[in-house]
Amino acid sequence: MSAVTVFGLCAAAAVGLGLYGLITNPQPLRKIIAFNLLGSGVFLLFGVVGRRGAAASIGNDPVPQALVITGVVVAFSATALAIALVLRLFQKAGSTTLSDDAPPGADPNLPGG
Amino acid sequence: MSIATIFEIVLAAVVLGLGIWTTAVRETYSATVGFVAYGLLVALIWVRLDAVDVALTEAAIGGGLGGVLLLGAAARLRNAELMVTETPGKVTRVSAAALSVLIATALAGAVLLLPDSVSTLAPTVVAHAWATGLTNPVTNVLMAFRAMDTMLEKVVLLLAIVGVWSLAPDSAWGGHPGPRHQADPNGVLAFLARLLPPIGIVVGIYIFWTGANHPGGAFQGGAILASMWLLAIMAGLTDTPPVRSRRLRFILVAGPGLFLIVGLGGLCFGAAFLAYPPALAKPLILGIEIAMILTIATTLGLLLAGAPERSAKR
Repeated sequence: MSAVTVFGLCAAAAVGLGLYGLITNPQPLRKIIAFNLLGSGVFLLFGVVGRRGAAASIGNDPVPQALVITGVVVAFSATALAIALVLRLFQKAGSTTLSDDAPPGADPNLPGG
Repeated sequence: MSIATIFEIVLAAVVLGLGIWTTAVRETYSATVGFVAYGLLVALIWVRLDAVDVALTEAAIGGGLGGVLLLGAAARLRNAELMVTETPGKVTRVSAAALSVLIATALAGAVLLLPDSVSTLAPTVVAHAWATGLTNPVTNVLMAFRAMDTMLEKVVLLLAIVGVWSLAPDSAWGGHPGPRHQADPNGVLAFLARLLPPIGIVVGIYIFWTGANHPGGAFQGGAILASMWLLAIMAGLTDTPPVRSRRLRFILVAGPGLFLIVGLGGLCFGAAFLAYPPALAKPLILGIEIAMILTIATTLGLLLAGAPERSAKR
């Protein structure tokens, strides 16, 4: 079993772990982390497949590499937006629960802003 | 079994262990720390996969700036996360576990059963490197062959910052993002915030400049510049600029704006949208990259600073 395969299996496991965490963790921040874990597994799969495309004295196919670099930056900006939303929810409602019941201490008549 | 293979298996096992820890641990703060460590070790995997450009990006953005973002949020939400008591039922957990195992097994099977015939674009990229005058194949793909992706990604960064800013309360509309940081002026943080930025700025610009021919580029360099800026902000040496500032907004649109202008120029005078004339390709790409690194550093820094919280007048 080559090293590339080992990392490929690791990436597959990261996707599975991320998906499980995304579904079962009730806290939004944990969901964001789990989603990033899932994404990182997908990126690694790109790298593993790209490593097989090593040719012309380049160790890894440059096209998937460029796609992953773009993907990492987009994932970061999406994470930053998600965290800003969670922090604002906490500021407004005093809790970060995603359940439908009104969280304790939240005032529905709070003026906007 | 060579030492390199053993190292790779140990690395994969540690990364997997950190992934499990991140998912399973009870406390959110511990999960965040686990994820930051995971991100840094994943950068090592990228080095082993011979993708140093991705490794630099993953370490700087995935591990470094992402870590600061997640740790900051975890610290601010520490009390809120403790209050959460609802947990999903047993049925949900079992079906989620079954689904995850199914998907992970399918992916692992796909990795193990990859066909022997390999399709690769590497020779094509090398064969067309003359058109840009740059020798780093990844920069060539990012800035020329798939320039459209990179331009749209800049637009995504811009949309993200607009989204974050629109979460500002009315009282702080157009004001300074994030809290005003205070640090002991004689403490370690303030000392490092004076010592490191000159070095970090040189390293960031070097990584950007060398990206034309070696691993590096505007993303990685921009992330380093952004972290130096954030260090000075966190030590209280400087403040985040008010988001209503016109100069700031000009810097934010400079990268994608110049990219778009050059792209339209290609449409008017050249063969296609974003087609560079070969004689001018290198100066054009460098010009776009200089505008881009400023935009990237500013955007990443402001994304980390968060929504405006203080009015600009104070």
